[in-house]
Amino acid sequence: MKKISLSSILSQLLLLFFVIIWIIPTFGLFISSLRDKDLLAISGWWTSLTTTEINEIYRMSGMEAQVEEDGYFKIKGKLFEANSGKKIESFGINSKKINEFKIGDIAIFKDESEVIVDEDGNYEWRSKTEFTKKKGKRLFTTSLSPPSFTLENYKEVLFKEGIGRAFINTMAVALPSTLIPLIICSFFAYSLTWMRFFGRDTLLAIIIASLVVPLQMSLIPILTIYNDFGALFGVAAKSYPGVWMAHTGFGLASTTFLLRNFLKSLPNEMMEAAKVDGASHYDIFLRIIIPLSIPAFASIFILQFLWCWNDLLVGLVFLDQVPSEIILTAKLKELLGSRGENWEILTTGAFVSMTVPLFIFFALQRYFIRGLVAGSVKG
Amino acid sequence: MTILNLLFIVFLGILFFIAYFHISNYLLDSYGGKSIKTYNFENSVRVVVFIAPAFIVLFVFILYPVFETIRLSFYDKFGREFVGLYNYKWAVNDPEFRRSILNNLVWLLVVPTLSTFFGLVIANLADRIWWGSIAKSIIFMPMAISFVGAGVIWKFIYEYRGPDNTQIGLLNSIIVSLGYEPQAWLTIPIWNNFFLMAIMIWIQTGLALVIFSAALRSIPKEMLEAARIDGASEFKIFFSIIIPYLEQTILVIWTLITIIVLRIFDIIFAMTNGEWQTGVLANLMYDWMFRGGGDSGRGSVLAIVIMIGVIPILAWNLYKHRQEQKI
Repeated sequence: MKKISLSSILSQLLLLFFVIIWIIPTFGLFISSLRDKDLLAISGWWTSLTTTEINEIYRMSGMEAQVEEDGYFKIKGKLFEANSGKKIESFGINSKKINEFKIGDIAIFKDESEVIVDEDGNYEWRSKTEFTKKKGKRLFTTSLSPPSFTLENYKEVLFKEGIGRAFINTMAVALPSTLIPLIICSFFAYSLTWMRFFGRDTLLAIIIASLVVPLQMSLIPILTIYNDFGALFGVAAKSYPGVWMAHTGFGLASTTFLLRNFLKSLPNEMMEAAKVDGASHYDIFLRIIIPLSIPAFASIFILQFLWCWNDLLVGLVFLDQVPSEIILTAKLKELLGSRGENWEILTTGAFVSMTVPLFIFFALQRYFIRGLVAGSVKG
Repeated sequence: MTILNLLFIVFLGILFFIAYFHISNYLLDSYGGKSIKTYNFENSVRVVVFIAPAFIVLFVFILYPVFETIRLSFYDKFGREFVGLYNYKWAVNDPEFRRSILNNLVWLLVVPTLSTFFGLVIANLADRIWWGSIAKSIIFMPMAISFVGAGVIWKFIYEYRGPDNTQIGLLNSIIVSLGYEPQAWLTIPIWNNFFLMAIMIWIQTGLALVIFSAALRSIPKEMLEAARIDGASEFKIFFSIIIPYLEQTILVIWTLITIIVLRIFDIIFAMTNGEWQTGVLANLMYDWMFRGGGDSGRGSVLAIVIMIGVIPILAWNLYKHRQEQKI
């Protein structure tokens, strides 16, 4: 029998506290990306989870909208879109008394014009005399807004803001930048583990040293190489293959290191037996190593893919910041600068950029963790 | 470039490397293996075939740049004229550099320590609770998203509106409901650094957590049981058994996060761009790579300062590797 002790309850509460702190930021972003952009700008995202009372100010249409009907001059209109789900509770014509009238009441202005409002935001403003002001009068409304979510922001962000194209660009950067190192490092790691040659130990030591070299050390020289290369052959200095190779370079040490650690754990007898049977190194590699290494490949693929997908610096330095080359993170950074107040674009854009990592995270968490734990053995 | 073109070059790029290995090895297989002499020759060629691409990449992208960066740090902004220690002298006297190095040091002190601490505490809590694995998943999740994405998430939390407006940022909303004035968090010097560090801790705790979770399983159950039977409190067990037992792991995680923090760039670039005294070395370096047409001398000095930070870790790794080779 398990005792429910005080310390157990305390640890549950403490863990719950951590979980809430950790989930709320992302959750808020997600909820915000699904909200109406006008509401997003005036109320916190947490208010959208329950029916809330909101106070707003609207201005009715001016004289151009008036029609003559039944001896009245009338201006009809809508305060907000009918599908927003808001229901007006009360309204007012004076900023000091914003709840003065209920739905169905007739509010009378000082100039004796009168206005009625229904709960969906339709109003009718009428007057015996002709309206002469260009601007309409203000209405203060108090309405109940039920939780309502929309995919409108996603449509806007994907097609109008260029996030959709940036998504494709990021894929075009990340996929080769993951597969190329995986291909060349698996051969490299194989030879470091199972082949004998002069300088093998030195090479291994260089790999281990390279593990911690910050990529800042490489930026300036490689940029210079790319510029010279571009000028020499008359091609663009910044290009997709350039980014792939840069990512390959920066991921090479860790990929090789992880793969070598894995290969070292395979039984030597198997290789020897295959060699006695006349198999070449390439046969062994294709028939024995690759099938056995699938789980290791999966872990390394995920680590490197996420690294490339989430990278900002490499994409910023080695790609032109134009629509056909800009990556998601760089695009987001650009939007943070240019659309800093448009939270519907920022939150939605950020969430779009997170879809692939989150998918990988939830679908392949096991391999992700395995890779991280293996990689941490030496750091 | 159209999407179709892009798809095509992606395909071509990957195919190129597969083709290289396949064709070269296929040729070797059909040539060699007939006598001892050709067998040995084939083997040495094969080593070259296997190693060449990775070695060339390693050389071009890591080894050569390290030496080139060191050389450039002694040259002028175009890398043409030798200027001796001029760039280093500039750095020592530059207030921006001093600010950055100070910020970097604070980051290095705060982030790895707190991330490791939270990771250890949470791993320990989650280990004993039935919904612990769900909790771990949630806390680990920020590891999957980009620093820029995390930046947007937290910028939204720190969002500031004037005192007369409704606050849509969570932090200010809480502050206001407690009766205080809303603050533009990211523009308050000194403190804003800690608001940026919070983001990094939020991300890196997950890393510490999963590694600790794996390590916790290596602690013998009997030892913990025995301590509990003897009446030790969970608190006591945590400090007297778990922490000493995981000493190695703690060190590994601490270094791992230190390396990541040392190159921190994205969060600051996205959130404040180094303004309001939040700059760190990597941001200053990026700045100097492009400021005034780019200054490769100053940029290189900054890269080297970052590199100096990892040298102790590098030496330690090599030492451990040496030890293992001997066994």
